Amino acid sequence: MTGGHTGNVQHPNTLDHLTSEHSVIVCCGSGGVGKTTTSAAIALAGAMSGRRTCVVTVDPARRLATALGIEQLTNTPVPISPEALELPQGGELWAMMLDPKATFDGLIDRYAPSRQQAERIMENRIYKELTSALSGTQEYMAMEKLYELVEEGGYDLVVVDTPPTRNAIDFLEAPSRLVHFLEHRLFRMLLAPTRVYLKAVSIATQAFLRTISKVAGAEIVDDAVAFFQAFEGMEEGFRTRAEKMSALVKETSTGFVLVTSPRQDAVTEADWFAKRLHQMGIEVKALVVNRTHPMFVQGEELLQSLVTTHLADAPTLPDGGAGTGSAEDYLKSLLSLIPPPVHTENTAIVTDPDTIFELLLANLLRYQLIALTEQHTYSDLAAHLATAHRQDPDIAAGSTAPAQRPFAVINVPLMTEDVHDLEGLKAMAGALATSARA
Amino acid sequence: MDLVTFFRQNKVLIVAGKGGVGKSTVAATMALASARAGMSALIVDLEGKTAIKTAFGMEGSLDYEEVLLYSSGAGAARARRITPDDALLEYLADHSLKRISKRLVSSGALEVVATAIPGIRDILVLGKIKQLERREMADVIIVDAPATGHAMTFLTSASGLLEAARSGPVRTQAQEVVEFLSDPSRCRVVLVTLPEEMPVAESIETAYQLEDRAGVTLGPVIVNGCLEPLPPADILSEANKKSFLGSLHGPFNFTGSETIKITPSIDLLEGMAQAATFHDHRRMQQAEQRQRLAEELPLPQLHLPYLFRPSSGLNELHALSESLSRGIAGIPDPAGEDADTSDMPGVPGRKATEL
Repeated sequence: MTGGHTGNVQHPNTLDHLTSEHSVIVCCGSGGVGKTTTSAAIALAGAMSGRRTCVVTVDPARRLATALGIEQLTNTPVPISPEALELPQGGELWAMMLDPKATFDGLIDRYAPSRQQAERIMENRIYKELTSALSGTQEYMAMEKLYELVEEGGYDLVVVDTPPTRNAIDFLEAPSRLVHFLEHRLFRMLLAPTRVYLKAVSIATQAFLRTISKVAGAEIVDDAVAFFQAFEGMEEGFRTRAEKMSALVKETSTGFVLVTSPRQDAVTEADWFAKRLHQMGIEVKALVVNRTHPMFVQGEELLQSLVTTHLADAPTLPDGGAGTGSAEDYLKSLLSLIPPPVHTENTAIVTDPDTIFELLLANLLRYQLIALTEQHTYSDLAAHLATAHRQDPDIAAGSTAPAQRPFAVINVPLMTEDVHDLEGLKAMAGALATSARA
Repeated sequence: MDLVTFFRQNKVLIVAGKGGVGKSTVAATMALASARAGMSALIVDLEGKTAIKTAFGMEGSLDYEEVLLYSSGAGAARARRITPDDALLEYLADHSLKRISKRLVSSGALEVVATAIPGIRDILVLGKIKQLERREMADVIIVDAPATGHAMTFLTSASGLLEAARSGPVRTQAQEVVEFLSDPSRCRVVLVTLPEEMPVAESIETAYQLEDRAGVTLGPVIVNGCLEPLPPADILSEANKKSFLGSLHGPFNFTGSETIKITPSIDLLEGMAQAATFHDHRRMQQAEQRQRLAEELPLPQLHLPYLFRPSSGLNELHALSESLSRGIAGIPDPAGEDADTSDMPGVPGRKATEL
């Protein structure tokens, strides 16, 4: 892992593949599954393999941000001390916390034909709302920042954490949505609200505009007109950039990592997201399952001796690999037999050995069963992704990849402490590598 | 405080929290708890998700039409969806624009206008919720709010729009929404969190921002996923294991189940010791976070247990609703003249975060 050279490691694991064969890694998944931490840990793994790496985080936990030295929103990456990370020659880790407003301002500066026009836009009320409140802006700016860092940052690897959106796919569609917004004919009409032009728009739209003015007040419409006028002539620049961003995302050097928790709802969402990505022609390169419950005893053996033999018609317990629906249902039904952890006032003062035994055994069984059930919950998704991965033309052609590059399913066990400092991050990067090797 | 008193404090409870903390489960738990207390509860979901139905052991996503999720005697829990698009179309229909609304949607004009009037979608959704409240569609209306970040935008949209729109019905609507949100007898926000570093930090931050910027009153904080205590595991230590094994009588089978019969062994005790140590360690971490939350956010906490299920259904929801009811029973009555309660957040006239 800390060998310090890229690309020619003797027995590379799938995490090394991920960080060495991609120049961009996008971590996506639903909210609350540990995307930020995963992004930072993958970036650290990249830096530890000797690459100049930058991680763009969105809304990291404060203590993690402090550990990374990015307590405030920054618009430029800051380096993390290589000594603290014990990075090999060439390995660097840079981090930044996305500032959507500053990023948007930078974009306006870039495309506004004059200083005055840039100022006019930045003072416009709708622009201010757009940058601070509007959902979609954060997604768009994360994409913009990613593009900028890839084009101009000189990094070997940029890892980007995606914003917690309702639909994670918003992130990918955000640039084209903004362009669509700026180019909409209604917008053009607002730019040139002449009688001639009004004839060209539908009666419905005319009626609608009049109503807007009536119900929302003339100020809103005036503000909107001023906003669109201020943007005049900049659509072209925005469109070209949005097209380049879409292209970047689809390049083979861009790898998507799907992050999920082992909970059913998160896995369902990850599955849906993987399908949408597939439709967009994007293959997921790795699946990270965060915070899976640990196994304390080799689960199958324990359960076999404890439970299976006592159940007359119990199906054979799964081997932990590709699961079947029935095995999952079986585990769930077992779990439902174990009494739930109910709140009692006097747990701490129980003295009867039999009661203590039952309480502590129930605890063990809950952990074992939930760990096994979790494996089954995500194994179907992992199998789908692996199949799609094998059919990916880039891999089938073997152009860049060594033969038989496996699909990475990286399992990060729930640790006794949550990751909030560099040590924790190192431990997580280690766990990623260990799981990827297994 | 008894359950009915708790739910009668105001009609609308907005459930907010970071993604992944179990917001929808908590909304469903509150609905079930109030239904079990004989009240009618209506869950309003803003995204048309499947989580609410799943929590009640049903399949599919929520529709615009109400669906019955649970009933028992006089009590019932229902749910429906109000997405911004639903609310916008309804608003257009109310303003005699129904005829053209379809074409506006298909041409994308609606989207452009909604984007050009920031906050309009949120105002319309909140306006619709306010209407449900006014029409007394249920005893309790529980709103499954968007994930925080979005929730902040959602709840501050009205005051933002008040600054932008200086006349017209939209301004009136925004004004009414601001009044509704800031009236603790009509609406409260319930924050959901997990007893972990990041969710706790975000809840504290969100709580202060919500009071300052959205002017809402906060109800108790729901701490989800709490680990319950175990008997001390030192009895399973290397030194004690053998004698403990010898002291067991048995037979062992889990309550209500004849199918799981257990034979104690040293190996089994070893596994039990490891699991108990892990559990205790995480529970101590949780206790630290709960403590931190209590210190930095002086609001009552309601604890919901972690149930060790990768997915949940109606049985789990009943268990959670019982825990919630126990927690609510432990909240002091705010109506009393009790000297203690003068410091309690949520008391009219005093902001929770002023302490």
